[in-house]
Amino acid sequence: MAASHEANQWAVEIEDLVKRFGDFVAVDHVSLKVRRGEIFGFLGPNGAGKSTAIRILCGLLAPSGGRAIVGGFNVATEPEAVKKNIGYMSQKFSLYDDLKVEENIDFFSGVYGVPPEQRAKRKEFVLDMADLQERRDSMTRLLAGGWKQRLALGCAILHEPPILFLDEPTSGVDPIARRGFWDLIYQLSESGHTVFVSTHYMDEAEYCHRLALMYRGRIIALGEPSTLKKNLRSHSLMYLDSSDPLESMKALEGKKGILGVAVFGAGLHVSVQDPASTRRQIQDLLGQRGIHIRRLEMISPSMEDVFVAMIEEEERKAS
Amino acid sequence: MNTRRTRAVARKEFLHIVRDPRSLAMALGMPLMMLFLFGYALTLDVDRIPTVVYDSDYTPESRELIQRFQGSRYFQILGSVDQYETIERKIDRDQCLLGVVIPQDYSRKLLSGDEAEIQILLDGSDSNTASIALGYAESMLQRYGLELRAVAFNRKGGGHLVPPIEPRLRVWYNSELKSKNYIVPGLIAVILMIIAALLTSLTIAREWEMGTMEQLLSTPLRPAEMVLGKMVAFFGVGLVDMVLAIAVGVLIFQVPLRGNPLFLFFTGCVFLFGGLCWGILISAVARSQLLAYQMGMLSSFLPAFVLSGFIYSIENMPVVIRVITHVVPARYFVTILKGVFLKGIGFEVLWAEVVFLLTFAGIVFLLATRKLKQKLA
Repeated sequence: MAASHEANQWAVEIEDLVKRFGDFVAVDHVSLKVRRGEIFGFLGPNGAGKSTAIRILCGLLAPSGGRAIVGGFNVATEPEAVKKNIGYMSQKFSLYDDLKVEENIDFFSGVYGVPPEQRAKRKEFVLDMADLQERRDSMTRLLAGGWKQRLALGCAILHEPPILFLDEPTSGVDPIARRGFWDLIYQLSESGHTVFVSTHYMDEAEYCHRLALMYRGRIIALGEPSTLKKNLRSHSLMYLDSSDPLESMKALEGKKGILGVAVFGAGLHVSVQDPASTRRQIQDLLGQRGIHIRRLEMISPSMEDVFVAMIEEEERKAS
Repeated sequence: MNTRRTRAVARKEFLHIVRDPRSLAMALGMPLMMLFLFGYALTLDVDRIPTVVYDSDYTPESRELIQRFQGSRYFQILGSVDQYETIERKIDRDQCLLGVVIPQDYSRKLLSGDEAEIQILLDGSDSNTASIALGYAESMLQRYGLELRAVAFNRKGGGHLVPPIEPRLRVWYNSELKSKNYIVPGLIAVILMIIAALLTSLTIAREWEMGTMEQLLSTPLRPAEMVLGKMVAFFGVGLVDMVLAIAVGVLIFQVPLRGNPLFLFFTGCVFLFGGLCWGILISAVARSQLLAYQMGMLSSFLPAFVLSGFIYSIENMPVVIRVITHVVPARYFVTILKGVFLKGIGFEVLWAEVVFLLTFAGIVFLLATRKLKQKLA
């Protein structure tokens, strides 16, 4: 294992990966590479194929086509070797509710084959990391969401896997617990673990080193969060606060020079090709309809804007 | 195969059983409940049949006939009535099971040497009991008839008449013909089958339902290790149940254990292993606990109960059903149980049953692990 793992800098290499369920293509020719030690994010709406892709990478599902190498092993032909090198946290909490915190840790120590002489040390490490020392005797059922999440992460790293797959690990957890969970992910990344994490939270996507936007089984954008945002500036984004947002939206949609309009809070995000000339145009269009403009200004796009813009572009291409 | 991983699964499974009051109740409470329920309530013995007499002859001869019924331990005369309808009503209301009607001319015909007739009315709604009661009544009356004939023959100066055949009956193995003596040993097979197949089938379905299977599959744990680990835990439960059932049978129900207890224990383990594999096979097919439960009930409890010869005699079944019983493992274990408990026989007679149980366990084990592997891949 060590040789093949050391030999290259990629923790995960996917080439042309396809997964079909009957006629439905859940993963559509996906290719990407994840560097060792990287926090790699998979961003996309529900049903985009993120979980399916992760399950293939963990050796839980056989791919229909293409190639996936995880930790130097082919997931289709050497799933057993892959499983020894990964930790996986599924979308649904999947530890045993009727076992105590410590018993869950002991069980996973056992099935991951942690050598007996290291078990106590690993257990203490996980209890410290997840801040569960005082709850080691609690029934897992009684833990609050955030604790459960940390315990699940702890159980997934007992065997010190070089690569971690976290499938929407923070869904259903409050924002403070989420922040704490991401601190753990950073710690793991700093100590050399590769973390492959999927999410549909935009703010979490910005914590990743690199990011793939997944939509309908395909990767529609890939890069560092800042690069993705920079690319979007080729068409600029304006914030419009008006007396009647819905009417404004109708007035602006489909007009020349306006690429997209999306509701954002109480106002609208309008993506335009050329802000200088379009500003006048917007003022004219709304003025004709008697809509009062309270604010119209250039803004820097958030991850959500990037995401919405990308998907709109996909939809345009498709139609 | 990694024993460390198998041990981890076995320990975890054991904790599940101990923590879950339902499975604990099922594992320990159900066998005891079944033993006591069947041991006490399910007696197939028929005696003290509630009987009503309508004597319209009212002579010393008819009274002597009634005396005969009274003297037998199989009949209990509840009273005499003076109307045919009263018997009917009493049978309808389950107040009696058998009615004896003696016609007016009974003694006249008897004394004149004609064929005297009496009527026996039976409640046939419980056909089993009715036919046993009828058998008792018939044999008693036949004996009585022979005696009367001998007396009459003697009186006419014909000397002493001896009935041509006098059967000397001796019942082997269960000399008092107590039904608990064959129900309790057979019940052990039913209990073990339920524990083994039903509990095991639920445990894997539960992993699917809770989503924990997904987590297990992402670990290096192999299907065979998971199956074996779970089986070790439930094997332990099954052993406790087996020892418990045998102890209750011998100590409380006083069922004689004439054969070698070690042979019984060994064959019990083989049977248990087969049942566990059967449960694993079910759980490899069914993904929900409900479906697994239903399949487990249908395929383990019912055949073990109905088609094993535990209560219902296989010889009396239609040919098709009889053929089916040959693939019911409980049938062979029931034969072994009854053989060891009541007849005191061992491997020298029961080797074919042991070979079948071993074959069954082996085949189902292979099927179960293969099926599960397919499912998990």
